[in-house]
Amino acid sequence: MAHVTNVESAIDSTEVIKGRSLWQDARARFFRNKAAVVSLIILILVSLFALFGGMLTPWSNEEIDWNLMGDVRTLGGPSFETKHYFGLDPLGRDLFARVVQGTQISLMIGIVGALISVIVGTLYGATAGFIGGRLDNIMMRIVDILMAIPYMFVLILLLVVFGRSIFMLFVGIGLISWLDMARIARGQTLSIKNKEFVEAAIATGVSTPKIIIRHIVPNLLGVVIVYATLLVPSMIMFESFISFLGLGVQEPLTSWGALINEGAGQMRYGTLWMLGFPLFFFLISLFAFFFFGDGLRDALDPKDR
Amino acid sequence: MLGFVLRRIAMAVPVILILIIFSFVLMRAAPGGPFTKERALPPVVLENINAKYGLDDPFLVQIGTYLKNILFHFDFGPSFVYQDRTVNQIIADGFPVTLTYGFWTFVFAVLVGGALGIVAALKQNTWIDYLAVGFSIGAQALPNFIMAPILVLVFTLWLGWLPGGGWWGGPNDPNSYTSYLVMPVIALATSYLASIARLTRSSMLEVMNSNFIRTARAKGLPDRTIILRHTLKPALIPVISYLGPAFVGMITGSVVVDMFLSTGGIGKDFVQAALNRDYSVIMGITILVGMLTILFNLVVDVLYAWIDPRIRY
Repeated sequence: MAHVTNVESAIDSTEVIKGRSLWQDARARFFRNKAAVVSLIILILVSLFALFGGMLTPWSNEEIDWNLMGDVRTLGGPSFETKHYFGLDPLGRDLFARVVQGTQISLMIGIVGALISVIVGTLYGATAGFIGGRLDNIMMRIVDILMAIPYMFVLILLLVVFGRSIFMLFVGIGLISWLDMARIARGQTLSIKNKEFVEAAIATGVSTPKIIIRHIVPNLLGVVIVYATLLVPSMIMFESFISFLGLGVQEPLTSWGALINEGAGQMRYGTLWMLGFPLFFFLISLFAFFFFGDGLRDALDPKDR
Repeated sequence: MLGFVLRRIAMAVPVILILIIFSFVLMRAAPGGPFTKERALPPVVLENINAKYGLDDPFLVQIGTYLKNILFHFDFGPSFVYQDRTVNQIIADGFPVTLTYGFWTFVFAVLVGGALGIVAALKQNTWIDYLAVGFSIGAQALPNFIMAPILVLVFTLWLGWLPGGGWWGGPNDPNSYTSYLVMPVIALATSYLASIARLTRSSMLEVMNSNFIRTARAKGLPDRTIILRHTLKPALIPVISYLGPAFVGMITGSVVVDMFLSTGGIGKDFVQAALNRDYSVIMGITILVGMLTILFNLVVDVLYAWIDPRIRY
């Protein structure tokens, strides 16, 4: 009896070793990467700017400042006196309000594009990979064919035919963004579909759609999250590219690409603030997205180092 | 091998057909015809115009004619906006320019990106490596439409070294041929150069840690031989598969270069046509670029299978 209490007290006295979950490990690895942490902070700041920036200025993005409109090149620079913190755009509108609004659109496009790709691509890829056989073959050939099409040109064709609108942009982005994701999800599915827990699910008679959603998709999450964070900036670039050509969002709405195009068209006249501010926001956000995604990949997928 | 090539070609043909038919159907689905103007044309005039461009034929006949002309005569038909120009002429004017700077961009991105990746891998975990990795992550955020304005700002407006756009006008041009090439090439190449460097670095590292390289070291081969003879070839194989997407990206980027730097390639015609709703030109260029893309991917795939004996085909 004495012996037993001894053991019990021995157990009590040793410190309990806490196990660390996969996600805790990942978090620790992520926070060790300074570039990624700084990027995360920048991204939070940019989102706050997009959400609440509009409250900091008395001007709206459509209002023209008639007092300064005639002399934008000399008087329209950034100044606290006129309350145009980022100066004016070529038409005499407040650039701060326009950058806030452009940031909203660009971020929204990035996030919605990534969401579409996550939902459609993951389900598509998981289905093809899990069911396999002929269906897999057909589904992946469709992806191959869609990938071989120069989508930027086709999207511009779509925008011309159906008129330019944010909705069409979303349709166009939705059409192409999920292709890579489908391939990645399929590859990952192939590697887990023969694991024991899937076998157990099949043996206990769980239906195929339920296996895909309850057992396969949650195990794809790590890869999907990493890839989705890298998709956000590429969607933003995609939209900016089209808006830079003047084929994307339409006035009075704007986006980073449209603002950069506007500023770049004016830079010969020395009004560099028109290029500088949108370019600054574009660059810091995209840098941050890429370094953040890179940090996340190292954290969640350490074998890739 | 021959079977593989044939199968790949057999897959490429339906893609091209789908692309052509898809663009054609889209064009027909557009609200209003190509000649719908703000001021309505008299019905008789419209009828004559429609007859001239073959728009009054039944739909299937139209699509058949269009397909036949492209596939057998490589003829994209007349422009709907410029009465004296055909789509073929517009393409013939701009395409050589696009191909010229496209070629140099490709060479530049592959050579510099590859070299950067190799050096970074050989000097892993030194400042050179960190610099190269930092650059290759950061430069992904520098697509052509960001690079072009920055380059013009720095090299034309501030330093005055390069012409701010345009294309070489022959021997009487005060600027040299190269000076017109620099900005388009750098603007287009930067982000792809970065990706190629990243890819090369990681695949070099993977190969350098593999067993056969350890064996080579164990039997005392000099570093030079190990790198040149045994590492480079397997390490560069994954890079080849990236060249297909890179090519597509560069062709797409030429639209920005042509617009912003006025280089006179087909990109500008494409955007002009998009703004003018010149359907036949948009379709023509889309289909041409699509065919090139498919062809290029085909070449890359075959090359890939030919170089890497491990590929099952």
